[in-house]
Amino acid sequence: MKYMLIMRATPAAVEAYKDIPFDEVITRMGRYNEEMIKAGVLLAGEGLAEDVDTTGFVVDFASEPPAVTDGPYGEIHELFNGFWIIQVSSKEEAAEWAKRCPLGPGSKLEVRRVTDESDFADFADNEYIQKESEWRAAEATAAAAAAKGDEAP
Amino acid sequence: MTPASDVRPTLDAVWRIEGGRIVATLAAACGDLALAEDLAQEAFVEALRSWPDGGMPDNPGAWLTTVGKRRLIDTWRRRERLDERHRAMAAELEEHAEDRWEPIDDDVLRLVFTACHPVLSKEAQIALTLRVVAGLSTEEIARLFVVPVATVQQRIVRAKKTLGAAAVPFETPEPSEWRARLSAVLGVVYLVYTEGYSATTGDRWMRVELADEALRLGRMVAGLLPREPEAHALVALMELQSSRFPARTAADGSPILLDDQDRTRWDRAQIERGRAALRRADALGRGRGAYGLQAAIAECHAMAPSADETDWERIVLLYEALGRLAPNPVVDLNRAVAVSRATGPASALLIVDRLAGDGALRGSHLLPSVRGELLAQLGRTEEARSELATAATLAQNARTRAVLEAKLAAL
Repeated sequence: MKYMLIMRATPAAVEAYKDIPFDEVITRMGRYNEEMIKAGVLLAGEGLAEDVDTTGFVVDFASEPPAVTDGPYGEIHELFNGFWIIQVSSKEEAAEWAKRCPLGPGSKLEVRRVTDESDFADFADNEYIQKESEWRAAEATAAAAAAKGDEAP
Repeated sequence: MTPASDVRPTLDAVWRIEGGRIVATLAAACGDLALAEDLAQEAFVEALRSWPDGGMPDNPGAWLTTVGKRRLIDTWRRRERLDERHRAMAAELEEHAEDRWEPIDDDVLRLVFTACHPVLSKEAQIALTLRVVAGLSTEEIARLFVVPVATVQQRIVRAKKTLGAAAVPFETPEPSEWRARLSAVLGVVYLVYTEGYSATTGDRWMRVELADEALRLGRMVAGLLPREPEAHALVALMELQSSRFPARTAADGSPILLDDQDRTRWDRAQIERGRAALRRADALGRGRGAYGLQAAIAECHAMAPSADETDWERIVLLYEALGRLAPNPVVDLNRAVAVSRATGPASALLIVDRLAGDGALRGSHLLPSVRGELLAQLGRTEEARSELATAATLAQNARTRAVLEAKLAAL
């Protein structure tokens, strides 16, 4: 299963972070990322730029056509400022990885399961006419055979 | 105070993350994987006992390793083997708090090579690797492979005994053995994957889980062996194959074959990860091995907008190369299928007939089903019918049989 770790921080926490040398921030985060890469669980991750006032904006669908505004950044208390997507075997494992994130007071990680095909199983397209070619089965067997060395399956 | 029922899932999760490193650290300390695994188990049980009352330690991995080391010293004491080195370790344990924890990658690499040692049977390698490297519980392994828990336990016990009987050192292989040993490690990862990819038992989600487990293991191995192109190529292959999972099964669980898959449902992010891994393998500049070639074939499919628009000629070429590296009748059969798409059924039939003449794949449904398909395309309906009927009789898997029978009925 996949989980998204969503980094949220209050403006105060973002400010507090500025007291730590940026080099150290990068190192801490880098170490955390490396841990997850080594464990084979990290699928993706990005940080979001802090200069929301100049580069961020909001598309609001309250109107038709949607309106582009500078966003209600002045009034929100938490900033969404980065995410990771990890592939783990349980909710608890997602929690363990989340707890290891080098964040301080004022920051939170929201942890959410990413949907997969099982969430849409009831809507799966079922109009396929079964057209048989043994391609896939053969492909899988070939793979197994290759893994075994060159003995015939 | 945490109730015991809450500790178990958390401890399992910690074990998934740290188990391999804990066992690796202990094995490096005592030079014996089997003993290290026993000690790790004891530490695990100790945690189950003491965490509910005392709460979880700040650094659970360090805590478990320390408990394991203390048990190791007890073991040495019992065996009266306490020399200077062990005393030093005991003193170090006295001195430091339980939050000192600096696992070493090389120890984990030794662990991987030892668990996949060629003295072990494939089944033993798989069980031991999932247990000690991937940190899965015996119950989880049993569930994933749809076998009784006792069977998995037996395999692990036997594996540990075999390592002891063969006096396998806890070391990375010598340069002269490196290639063969690496190929054993990658083979174990890929066997776990193919079991997930084409399992005939269990429901589909379980199979996906197993494939995911293999991917995780593969990524870990590639991380430990960044200079080995085939380790990255194996990850590439698994990512590319898995990217098709969402499109491989219909709502009723029946398989959807490559030609009929809705390619919009392939996982593009995963395809990109796979391609990136293949580029990493290629960037090492040592050419492509068997996994690299298979990954390149999978990449051809991944990049094609439809089955007809696939670069079949390139796939034929890649299968030819793969067949020379690792001669195998199934690879030839796949090449025949690709040839039929690239140049038509007649030339493909020549390849299949030669295979049949050699008596290859006897008793398997693969050859007659491909042959039947080609004969049908050539309008030789009667012969096609007989081949497909043979294939349906030989098919092990009910779903495969149903597909063949449907094809037979459509002729």
